[in-house]
Amino acid sequence: MAQMKFMCDAERCIECNGCVTACKNANEVEWGVQRRRVVTLDDGEPTEVSISVACMHCDDAPCMAVCPTDCFYKTDDGIVLHDKDLCIGCGYCLYACPFGAPQFPKQNAFGERGKMDKCTFCAGGPAETKEEEYQKYGANRIAEGKLPLCAEMCSTKALLAGDAQEVADIFRQRVVQRGHKDGGWSGNPQAEADSLAYDATQQG
Amino acid sequence: MNVSHAWTSVWRMALMALVLILGLGLGQQALAQADPDREMATAAPSVDADAWRQIRSGETGPNYRSSRFDSNYNLINVSGENWRQLRNRWVSPFGLIAIGGMLAMIVIFYLIFGRKDLDEPRTGRKLLRWPLMMRSLHWTVATLFILLALSGLNLFYGKLVFKPLFGDGAWSGMISASKLVHNYLGPLFGILLVILLLRLFKENLPKKHDLVWFKKGGGLIGKGHVDAGFANGGEKVWYWLLATAGIVVIASGLVLDFPNFGQGRDTMQWANIIHGLGALGLTAVALGHIYIGTIGTEGSLEGMATGYVDETWAKEHHNLWYEKVKDQTVTKEQLAADHGNSQGGDQAAPRTS
Repeated sequence: MAQMKFMCDAERCIECNGCVTACKNANEVEWGVQRRRVVTLDDGEPTEVSISVACMHCDDAPCMAVCPTDCFYKTDDGIVLHDKDLCIGCGYCLYACPFGAPQFPKQNAFGERGKMDKCTFCAGGPAETKEEEYQKYGANRIAEGKLPLCAEMCSTKALLAGDAQEVADIFRQRVVQRGHKDGGWSGNPQAEADSLAYDATQQG
Repeated sequence: MNVSHAWTSVWRMALMALVLILGLGLGQQALAQADPDREMATAAPSVDADAWRQIRSGETGPNYRSSRFDSNYNLINVSGENWRQLRNRWVSPFGLIAIGGMLAMIVIFYLIFGRKDLDEPRTGRKLLRWPLMMRSLHWTVATLFILLALSGLNLFYGKLVFKPLFGDGAWSGMISASKLVHNYLGPLFGILLVILLLRLFKENLPKKHDLVWFKKGGGLIGKGHVDAGFANGGEKVWYWLLATAGIVVIASGLVLDFPNFGQGRDTMQWANIIHGLGALGLTAVALGHIYIGTIGTEGSLEGMATGYVDETWAKEHHNLWYEKVKDQTVTKEQLAADHGNSQGGDQAAPRTS
């Protein structure tokens, strides 16, 4: 069984917010809820770096551990999902989450927050019909054999989604090849001709 | 003289021009041969391990930005894990130990000592101890306390017991009802408890004879009865627990109940820990209060139920109060007659000790 994970390559993220838009569009999330966010550190400084964050589908998920209704569960693919029929909107998952992933549509007196919403890794959630599932949790792309739309649409392939092992392998290769003339195309006979690092100002 | 001076200045200017031209040329050559490694380092600074360490510790610089409209959060919320550990590893077992321990102590105490009966026979003459207003206030607060304790316990431990027992359907209704009861009745309980505490403030001011009461364990140690005014030492402890821990529980509960004021996660976490510790502790002590007020002592419950206590009960448990009000006793027959005349005819006996 796969262990699904997200990984954002901060060296590649250009803060275009394409992932945020893709997610919002794929899942038709409620107004005011934004499952994915892009965080920029040292904005405007030479050390500026951006990273896209959503639910990281933790192995030992703190939200699951503190939920008073025990509405969270883990799929066989290691995706953390929750049952909106059980959620009472107490906010505990938000207090515990390291990534600020759980969000609530409301924030009213007497703890009226509505049902919690968070990234589902585009795997939907528990529901009777497909329509109900889409309306409550958004797209179930995993059931269709597709990966989350945010990662699929990332223009620089900074955001990776998939089995932890494969994502780690891709990233490891990137780290090794980073800064090389042939970029990630090492070993490819076309690499020299298609040099990704070609820079005319450095020639002759 | 003049001519030679002019020539030297010409030479000096020529030399300076030469130096300038050479210098510029050299400089341009140096720029063209810039170290590519150095250029890379300034053009694309990498995110080093140190930066990630800072992020992991929850730090954010002044130039932190998040694309979420309401997000004033950092990248990594470190306090979340601390809160989880405090709640699940410390507060949770503390509650079970406090409440379970208190229940066990009550059962053992009852089995060994049994009910505290009156030593003397009842005289049949009654004294008004709790007027109607106080009784209704007490029972409203008591009912709310029990509802809040049950719903609170369900929010804390229910998922371990009732979810596997009843299944998701029943559990869903049960837990959402618990939350609604807790969140809507909590503030009402807070207001009424404050009123109750204010009404009973004078009677619960500590007195010297309370020390003797504690030394003799409220009469358990040694023979004979211990001095007590309207409220005895034990009742005063319960009062001051509610006046301190109770107020803290109410205040932290209000912080949790009204997220519309925009309190941050860290505030909520601390409010939750304080609320849990205080409420579980008070629930444990409340069990003691309930025991003493019902099956633990003969004649106590009738005071809070009818408003009147027997003269013997007053003499044995609150002798100092009895000395003050003993001339206000009424007989059963008088009471029945009064009751027939007017329902709300309760007039409080002076309650100062």
